[in-house]
Amino acid sequence: MKIPSSILTMLAGVTLTLVSLWYGQNHGLMPVAASHEAELVDELFDAMMVISVGLVILVEGVLIIAAIRFRRRDGDETDGPHIEGNVPLEILWTSIPTVIVLGISVYSFSLYQQMGGLNLSNQAADAGAVEVAYASDNSSNSGHLASAGIGLTQGMGDQPPVAVNVKALQYAFVFTYPESGVISGELKVPANRGVNLSMEAQDVIHAFWVPELRLKQDVVPGETTELSFIATREGTYPIVCAELCGPYHGAMRSQIQVQSPDEFDAWMQSQIASQDNAVETVAAAPAAERSDADYLAPLAQPLNLDVEADALAQLQAPAHSHEHPHYQMAARID
Amino acid sequence: MAQVEILESPASSPPQAHGGERKWTDYFTFSTDHKVIGIQYMVTGFIFYLIGGVLATMIRTELATPQPDFVTPEAYNGIMTLHGTVMLFLWIVPVGAGLANYLIPLMIGARDMAFPRLNAIAFWMIPPSGILLVSSYFFEAPSAGWTSYPPLSVNTGLVGQGIWILAILVGGTSSILGGLNFAVTMLKMRVPGMTLFKMPLFCWSMLATSMLILIGTPVLAGALILLAFDLFAGTSFFNPAGGGNPVLFQHLFWFYSHPAVYIFVLPLFGAISDVIPVHARKPIFGYQAIAFSSFAISFLGLIVWAHHMFTSGTPPWLRMFFMITTMIIAVPTGIKIFGWLATLWRGKIAYTSAMLFSMGFIATFTIGGVTGVMLAAVPFDIHVHDTYFVVAHFHYILFGGAVFGVYMSVYHWFPKMTGHMMNEFWGRVHFVLTFIGMNLTFMPMHELGLMGMNRRVALYDPQFTDLNVMATIGAYIMAVSTIPFIINAVWSWRYGPKAPANPWRALTLEWQTTSPPAIENFDELPVLKTGPYDYGLGYIPEIDPPELYGKQVSEPTAS
Repeated sequence: MKIPSSILTMLAGVTLTLVSLWYGQNHGLMPVAASHEAELVDELFDAMMVISVGLVILVEGVLIIAAIRFRRRDGDETDGPHIEGNVPLEILWTSIPTVIVLGISVYSFSLYQQMGGLNLSNQAADAGAVEVAYASDNSSNSGHLASAGIGLTQGMGDQPPVAVNVKALQYAFVFTYPESGVISGELKVPANRGVNLSMEAQDVIHAFWVPELRLKQDVVPGETTELSFIATREGTYPIVCAELCGPYHGAMRSQIQVQSPDEFDAWMQSQIASQDNAVETVAAAPAAERSDADYLAPLAQPLNLDVEADALAQLQAPAHSHEHPHYQMAARID
Repeated sequence: MAQVEILESPASSPPQAHGGERKWTDYFTFSTDHKVIGIQYMVTGFIFYLIGGVLATMIRTELATPQPDFVTPEAYNGIMTLHGTVMLFLWIVPVGAGLANYLIPLMIGARDMAFPRLNAIAFWMIPPSGILLVSSYFFEAPSAGWTSYPPLSVNTGLVGQGIWILAILVGGTSSILGGLNFAVTMLKMRVPGMTLFKMPLFCWSMLATSMLILIGTPVLAGALILLAFDLFAGTSFFNPAGGGNPVLFQHLFWFYSHPAVYIFVLPLFGAISDVIPVHARKPIFGYQAIAFSSFAISFLGLIVWAHHMFTSGTPPWLRMFFMITTMIIAVPTGIKIFGWLATLWRGKIAYTSAMLFSMGFIATFTIGGVTGVMLAAVPFDIHVHDTYFVVAHFHYILFGGAVFGVYMSVYHWFPKMTGHMMNEFWGRVHFVLTFIGMNLTFMPMHELGLMGMNRRVALYDPQFTDLNVMATIGAYIMAVSTIPFIINAVWSWRYGPKAPANPWRALTLEWQTTSPPAIENFDELPVLKTGPYDYGLGYIPEIDPPELYGKQVSEPTAS
């Protein structure tokens, strides 16, 4: 007895669905999820994996079955059946993918909204919904509003988000906490509380990426970009520069340490205390070793600009004198 | 294969020039014959493919270990930039133009292209463009990637970057001239009786490609000229220090360079639509759907560029708009894949090398297409943008789609182009090695990207070593896989069994003339007896009418 092909097809369909559903949940292809945003992204990725695995198995399966079943037998010089198409079938395989991709679009859109992608500080300010904490008075870019990035989400907790200014330069990130003036070479944030990064680049385009947070944002010279998140899992994760920024791009890495709120507060207090004691602590941050002029020199040289790098630096920070270039950057940021 | 055995000429006969076979020296002249130009394009492109391949092998050798020990990070960035630029602008674009040059006039029954001299000029821009590009490495190697985003591209090296820009401008001009020529030829020079809907699908896809070339390439040229001003004249179009905007360059660059992806693969979409029906003995499934989907792809391809910029300075609404257009482009692409599958279904599939490569094309391109849809989803793209996931994705498209497609086209049309059959056994060996090497190289990159490995790095976190070693082994297999192909092609060109006019019993017009075709393609105007895909209607393609070979040149090939 031969099993009817409709039953075989149905069984194949059921198996295909089960395999893709299983693999979509158990692919193990993502690093740990350490933020609220990461959980949302993983949800989307898992859903897309289910659909993708199903589709790939379907296409490859049809290809392999066709290759075996419809191979040309030796000596057969005849043609296959003259089938030019099948309009209902074509409509079907046009409309199902359309529905799928529109579905993924709508789903992505709503996740993006939940992640705060539509709440950039400039728009939020218009709506009066979120108070922006980072625009402190003596910041060189006070008044600048982020033009791109991921903004704050509604309901990031009762506490105001921790504001951090990020300066990206070849080949390091410098983190400044504008409320306290603390400068650090690695990012420390409290768990379960909103964090708002306001990012600027010193020289070329960089990108701030933490794989475990699933968040990435380019840091573009001449522009302030913004990234907000809630880290949910304590631990230390890599910060990676994801935009080619020069030969040592691969070495441009830092760390983000997600701590319990108490640990974070203790760390912050100790930093403030040591900062009061010795201004040198500030200069110890890796990037503060060099003055703005040093940073801008390579930028000015290949451009053959008829200006001294110092003059460029002056343009950028007109309020500060050049008598103490060593502390200039720290002064400008806090 | 059965038909190959039948066609084998007596072993003892010396190689003879026949039909329109050319002397090898003709290929070094300013010939206006589209067939010579087509082969010139393809061979030149292949030489640059080998150069790009050597660079790729160097990249993978460097990445076999987490430390930068094989080359310095500076040299690595130069190699990586050159690899990308050579592969795209000197291999895929010229080889597509070569196929189009060779096939379009033959497929539509024309004696040559509409503008033969322009055609030759367009080709002869490629060698100088290539020489410039490769030489740029030796003068302050451009090392900002093929995307050459400012400010990095304007402050790493002056001379090298300048030569790089010039090379792309020359190559781009060549591409524009080619696109214009293809479109006019197809619109104006079809044999009487061939309506647009009786054209082979390769012609449809080249019409769509030409449209993209004509709309997109001038924008790239504009962007590069502005970049050159920033570089040499100290202007600040893209330099924020002088009030410029680096993100503007990204918009201009991707306005061309995303459609460029379709400029790379659409010709091969067309070619596979012409190869599968022949080797499966069945009409293409859904001719009109496939023809229109080429145009849908090329139209949508023009409005998706900012999906390359989801993490740069793009406002949120822009991200959403480009996400939706990018998602929708999967639909016409899906129509093509399903159409090819349905063509295979119930066909009589011959495992020729051409067919194997076309099945490899479908198998790998599908994976690239699926990851493309994933990348379109903004929240996910934000995680994987600029990681190895993207590298895996576009190599599945450009290697799995375009390069498999080129190999498929070579195995399919080689008898027509050279008058000799290729060796099928070594063709299959070539396919198996390429298929295994390709998947071993690029499959692990998906995981690397998801787990956190960024692209364009000479040094990486040691936790990624194992998967990188796997990719490197795959790359070596791919490098080895080209050896049987090169030997097969060179040997067959000279000593391969003589090809009949129509070795695959195909119905399109290019197979109705001698192999290789006469100087002006057809001795008399060909008559359309069937549609291009009318298999299964009892038409038996004529097997070598003897009068075609009555005019053979009988003296041995000059060497």
